[in-house]
Amino acid sequence: MSILLDKDTTFIVQGITGREAINLTRECLDYGSKIVGGVTPGRKGREVHGVPVFDTVAQAVANHGAAIDGSVVTVPPGFTKDAVIEAIANGIKLLVIVTERIPRGDVAEMVEFADMHGARIIGPNCLGLIVPGVCKMGGIGGPAKDAAKSYEPGVVGVMSRSGGMTTEISSSLTAAGLGVSTAVSIGGDAIIGSTYAELMPYFEADEQTRAIVIYTEPGGRMEAQLAEWKTENNSRLPIVAFMAGKFMDDEEMQGMSFGHAGTIVEGKEDSANEKIKRLEEAGIRVVERIDEIPDVVKKRIEG
Amino acid sequence: MRFYEYEARKIVELAGIPVTKYGFCQTADEARKVAEDIGGPTVIKSQVLTGGRMKAGGVQFADTPEEAAEHAANILELEINGLKPVGVLVDPKAEIKQEYYAGVVWDGTAKKPLMLFSDMGGIDIEQVAEEHPDHVGRGHISNLLPVGDFEAKQVIAATGVTGSQLNRATPVLAKLARLFRDNDMLLAEINPLAELTDGSFVALDAHMEMEDEAVGRQKKLLRRELRIAEEDTRDSYEPSQFEKNVKAIDAADHRGVIQGKDHGFKGNLGLVIGAGGGSLTLTDAVRSQGGKPANYSEIGGNPSVAKACGLAKEVLQKDGVEKIAVMMSIVSNTRVDIVARGVIKACLDLDKDPAETIAIFRIPGAWEDEGSKILDHYGVEYCDRTVSLWDAAGRAVAKIQGFSA
Repeated sequence: MSILLDKDTTFIVQGITGREAINLTRECLDYGSKIVGGVTPGRKGREVHGVPVFDTVAQAVANHGAAIDGSVVTVPPGFTKDAVIEAIANGIKLLVIVTERIPRGDVAEMVEFADMHGARIIGPNCLGLIVPGVCKMGGIGGPAKDAAKSYEPGVVGVMSRSGGMTTEISSSLTAAGLGVSTAVSIGGDAIIGSTYAELMPYFEADEQTRAIVIYTEPGGRMEAQLAEWKTENNSRLPIVAFMAGKFMDDEEMQGMSFGHAGTIVEGKEDSANEKIKRLEEAGIRVVERIDEIPDVVKKRIEG
Repeated sequence: MRFYEYEARKIVELAGIPVTKYGFCQTADEARKVAEDIGGPTVIKSQVLTGGRMKAGGVQFADTPEEAAEHAANILELEINGLKPVGVLVDPKAEIKQEYYAGVVWDGTAKKPLMLFSDMGGIDIEQVAEEHPDHVGRGHISNLLPVGDFEAKQVIAATGVTGSQLNRATPVLAKLARLFRDNDMLLAEINPLAELTDGSFVALDAHMEMEDEAVGRQKKLLRRELRIAEEDTRDSYEPSQFEKNVKAIDAADHRGVIQGKDHGFKGNLGLVIGAGGGSLTLTDAVRSQGGKPANYSEIGGNPSVAKACGLAKEVLQKDGVEKIAVMMSIVSNTRVDIVARGVIKACLDLDKDPAETIAIFRIPGAWEDEGSKILDHYGVEYCDRTVSLWDAAGRAVAKIQGFSA
């Protein structure tokens, strides 16, 4: 089937009147997603592509007349924490945080609050998630017609620290006839709501998913956590990984940060080569070239 | 954002943790006066944002104010790892009974701050953790609930510390944990935390780092308490002219985002490439196939023609650049026709033939049909999404190697 989303998933967009949020709303509606409201404080009574705008999440829930499943949060960094906690306090269980540059103390607070309430956060600094042909939540894949080009339903679960690369990789899986079960842009920050290992149980339980592809970068120990998870849980799913940013291992690049905030290379543990070693040890194949992914996935599925 | 030791000590002091009566000095004369006030043996420490001060001779001991002034004069002139100190710290030479370590760091896996304590202070905590794991206590703190003293006490007691030492160290670690959270720190360390011969605990050295994303909301501490100027960003290295120029072009126009870095790059192939993960992937792909990138770059969002042109011009004008490769990943919202216009304009403005100068243009993205038309018009070689990032990078490398040969 899919993970986290299905054809009945309802969600709101917090910060819906912002420029990027208006685009994202259009894209999701065109793709068939059920957006049941938007929130921008002080803008109650407006509409964005036919979606009613409210001052508070509570008003959006009351208007919908039933619990709302999710929220895409696109408010400025200084307001994100409050917006996310507001959503969770109003019964929302799936949060996609698009906003970049949120201090990690705030992220950690939101995650802890979500854990206490049985809610799950994807992001921050992410493009959301997509179940091909069914629903997309966030800017992932872009406009509906572009998303349709890159994403066809299939057997591979995709998780990526880069929003753009989620689509680049999914597009190659689609072109190879493998398709995608669910693709998740997990976010590029040092602390994120859902890591690879934390999403693995969902994919493991999803019958449609037969293999996993991850896109990863230097920084942090999320890959080590995935390697541990795979070993401890004897997962049925073959995992193929692609590591970008190997050039950062060079001596002259030490202490530099490229791309995402999570990719500051601080020590040996974080380096690309160290991570590749850990993943390989857990039986996770790390491909050298991005265009090798579909073939390697095919071979792994066939056993 | 990194802090000098004298600032880190001030942060510790503001949190109510005892420190010695130290003074920050920028001249030998000031150092003499502080040493006179202290009235006993002193330690003179270089204030520089790099490690290995002791080894480099940046820490000296003095018995008299005259000696303190002399050491200060020398240390003020002493470069450590290529950096000149901003001053010296003059500190009373403490009568130490025992050295401890107290620290708080982020645990990204648990997504919570982690308190660390050791009764083997004064040395690198990582070394202690490896060689004497039973001498390191650990404990996570909540991001939501107040930090209780008992939590710090548990961490310290786990190392076997008891008696009055436990009771004196507990508030220090608890206050350090609170200041870590309140001030958006990435790292807060007191090492050594010293137990003096009179039984009191003082922070003898402190190391702090604040998250850059939080600098905007920590103005009270940074500007008012520490008097750090806004433009003093404490970058870990001096940005190059290329980096400064790209930053200025980016800041001049709010549409789209461009980034350029060339620290550590010395190649002949300029890169104008699409955002984040795609840029990391492409930089690797160029290098793995024998190419020599002249820079790293990112284009994201929806930049104006002027912005795309500005980035391309900066890349083209870098020393040693022979050709540029323009490669976009399937980032749906960046209009590639605008990127194409910008890059071609950059070539023309610099009297270069776009067909010769642009090694390859990988075009997938919004408005790609429009983009193709422009590239056709100028005879620029381009490819679509059916050519992988790896192959596009390979074609660029092959072209420039043919050109160089």
